[in-house]
Order: sequence, then structure tokens, then C-alpha cells
Amino acid sequence: MPPAANAIELHEVSKLYGSFAALRKVTAEFHTGHSYVILGPNGAGKSTLLRNLAGLTRPSFGTLMLLGTAEIAAVRSRIGYLGHDSMLYDELTALENLRYSARLYEEETLPAGRWTPEQSLEMVGLDPGLNRPVGKFSQGMRQRASLARVLMAKPELLLLDEPFSNVDLASSTQMLRVLNQMRAAGNTILLTTHQPELARPIADCFCTMREGQIVSMEYFLSTDQASSLHSAEEHHA
Amino acid sequence: MNYARIVWAHLQKDLRLEWRSKDAINGMLFFSLLVVVLFSFAFDPTMAVSRQIAGGILWVALLFASTTALNQTWTRELRHQVLDAQRMAPSPASALFLAKVLANFLFVTMIQVVLGPLFIIFYNLHALGQGWWMALVLPLGTLALVVNGTFFAALSLRTRNREMLLPLILFPISIPALLAMVQSTTGILTGEFDPGLWIRMLAGYDIIFLTLCLLLFETILNAE
Repeated sequence: MPPAANAIELHEVSKLYGSFAALRKVTAEFHTGHSYVILGPNGAGKSTLLRNLAGLTRPSFGTLMLLGTAEIAAVRSRIGYLGHDSMLYDELTALENLRYSARLYEEETLPAGRWTPEQSLEMVGLDPGLNRPVGKFSQGMRQRASLARVLMAKPELLLLDEPFSNVDLASSTQMLRVLNQMRAAGNTILLTTHQPELARPIADCFCTMREGQIVSMEYFLSTDQASSLHSAEEHHA
Repeated sequence: MNYARIVWAHLQKDLRLEWRSKDAINGMLFFSLLVVVLFSFAFDPTMAVSRQIAGGILWVALLFASTTALNQTWTRELRHQVLDAQRMAPSPASALFLAKVLANFLFVTMIQVVLGPLFIIFYNLHALGQGWWMALVLPLGTLALVVNGTFFAALSLRTRNREMLLPLILFPISIPALLAMVQSTTGILTGEFDPGLWIRMLAGYDIIFLTLCLLLFETILNAE
């Protein structure tokens, strides 16, 4: 089994929107340093789960612990969240967006050796010198810029909501490469997707949700992730 | 110092976004010019009447015009879920609010700089009171408009008819400030009464509402 330390613990977490239950008494543990791929049909509660973990919504019932605390606001700077949308300003270049974002994080709350905006963009395969507003980026470039924004603060916990949707294969592969590095560095990743085969190379566990509940968690304990990623890339090539 | 740096980061970003899109300035400028010109044609006032009504027209024009900019302020943050990134950032929420207030203050002041000379020409104005007091009334009045406007625009963010909702909330709550702005401006233009009391009232209104809005903004930002 994976190490005992849990990055996330959910106990009977429910989220209600009026009379609709987006999450129904979810109880689960997500281990530190592992990568979880959350699968499930539309409306299964994947995005709601991530938004609750990111502190963007609060559970209606139940308790959740993140990075050892129930006070999510206290660990915000250690969480990276990528939503459905880019969370970037269209009128600014990728570098301007990232520089702005970096300035909102106080130095003392960040881990040593965090990446600069330029390094983050290079990591996802974007040219920091590109003088083009994000509004004129392709979807793949936009998603990569968005991932660069999230990675910049070296978050211990990465919450990625469908990062590969509407993204071309080259961009997906580039993003997977970066995520694999993050995973290897001991970061915890929760990623929702409708493309399990794409996310398989970085997955330690496939977690399936249906009707607001986690119905299965399938661990891959003996998989050589690096070689899997390599073969996936070769296959795509 | 950290707080000031974060406010400056937000403010710089807002000014840059406006410089590139010109969404707020163009709308405000066009609207306020229209109001001033239309009223001057509609009333064709004498010089004495102008002094009596100019204060009201000026501030109502600015109030209406500023609502177009105030709606834009937060619409930008909603696009592409940028607001979620703001909520996730560990920086204080009030810094975001303060920067928005400052940015809107600058935008409305720019409109006043263009509108002022036109106003004097169209209404043939010449202050009979102490004209320099306008240097106090204009920034205080503008601050009253943008503090409440920025706050209530954020409050109506998650509603469907936010463009409609903002004036419905903002205008009634701005009545005491509007009264003080109009009375002090009229007092300065006509020289018939001392505008000091109204200016003090305006300053008090600014202090109370700025403090309240700064304190409550985090709750508004994180409301579901």
C-alpha cells in the first residue's frame, strides 16, 4: 500500500445545490506523493470534488482535511488549482499573466527554489518572450500557460480539472511530461479527465465517481510510470 | 509594505487591461458627454440657472457613466474563471478591492478632466463661491461613487441580471453622498451658502463606506 501520510482526507462529505446532491457522503483518502486520475461521466461530481478541495466551495456536510489541516485558507499557497477555464487574462501575454500571479504570493509562504514565470513557461514548452496576448493563443497553448501559472508556486497538491480537454496531442504530451516530473518530486496530483488512456502514464490510481460518490479506486502498484510515459509518447509519435 | 505591493500589483494589472481594451473609459466618456450635451440643449439655461442646476447634472452624469465602468470591473475577473485564481491566491482580498477602487477612481477622474472644460463652456459657468473647493469636492465625490459602486458590483457578480441590479442597489445607497456632492457643488458655484458642512458630510460618508467595504469584501468574494 502507499505511504500512510494523507494529503487529503474526506469524511462523509456532501455538497448540495438546492435539493441536488453533487457529492453524496464521500469518504476517501488520497496519499501524499501519489497521482490520482478521477474518472466518471458528466455530472458525477468530479469538478465539485475538486472545487471543494480547492476551497472554492464549502461542503454542505462532512469534514475534509488538506495537507494535515481542516483550515484550507491556511494552506492555500500550497495548493494549485486548474479549472475548466484558463484563469488567465486574455489581454495580457502569458508572461505578464504569470508575473502578476507571482506577485500575489508572499515570498515567505512559498517553498524555496520556486520557479520564476519564465522557467514555468519554458517547462510547459512555451516561449516566455512570446509577445502575444493569451486571447490569441490556441487552446493547447492556453492550457499550457494555465498549467505554468499553477506550477509556478511549486504546489504540494495539484488539482487539475480536465486539463486535456480540447487540447491537441502535442500539448497533452508536454503537460503529461511536466506532471510526471511533479509526481516524481513527491507532489500529490488529482486530475479529472474523460481520457483515461491519456492520463494512464502518470496515474497511481484510477478513481471512478458516479452520482456524487466514489465507487472504485484502482491502484497500479507495480507500474513503471516513466517507461509507460515514454511508450505513450512513442505511440503518439 | 507587502500589502501596498500587492495593491500595486492589482492596480498595475487593471490599468494595463484598461489601456489595452479601453472598455470602461470609452463607455463612460461617450455616456457622460451625451448627458452633458443633451441637458444643455434641453434646458438652454441662463447663467444664474446654470449655477443652480450644474452640480446636479454633473454628478448625475458621472454617477450614470461610472456604473458602466463599474460593471466592467468585475466582468473581466469572471471571464475564464480568473476570479477563482484570485480567491485561491494567499494575498488579502481587501487588496484586490482597494486596487479596483483606485483604478475606478482614476478612470472617473480622467472623465472629469475631459468633462470639466466642456461643462464650463456648455453651461457658461463661473464660480461665485470659492472655486478651489471643487478640488476637494471632486475627489471626495468620486471616491464615494467608486467605493460603493465597486463593492456592489462585486455583490451582484453572481446574479444573472447584474447590469440591472447594480444601479438598483447603488443609486439608493448613494443618495446621501449624491446630496452632499450636489449641494457642495451648488454652494461653490452660486456662493449663496457655505459648502463646508456638505463637504464634511461627504468625507464622513467616504470614510464609513470605505472602511465597511474593505472589511466586508472578503465575505462577498468568497460567497457561494
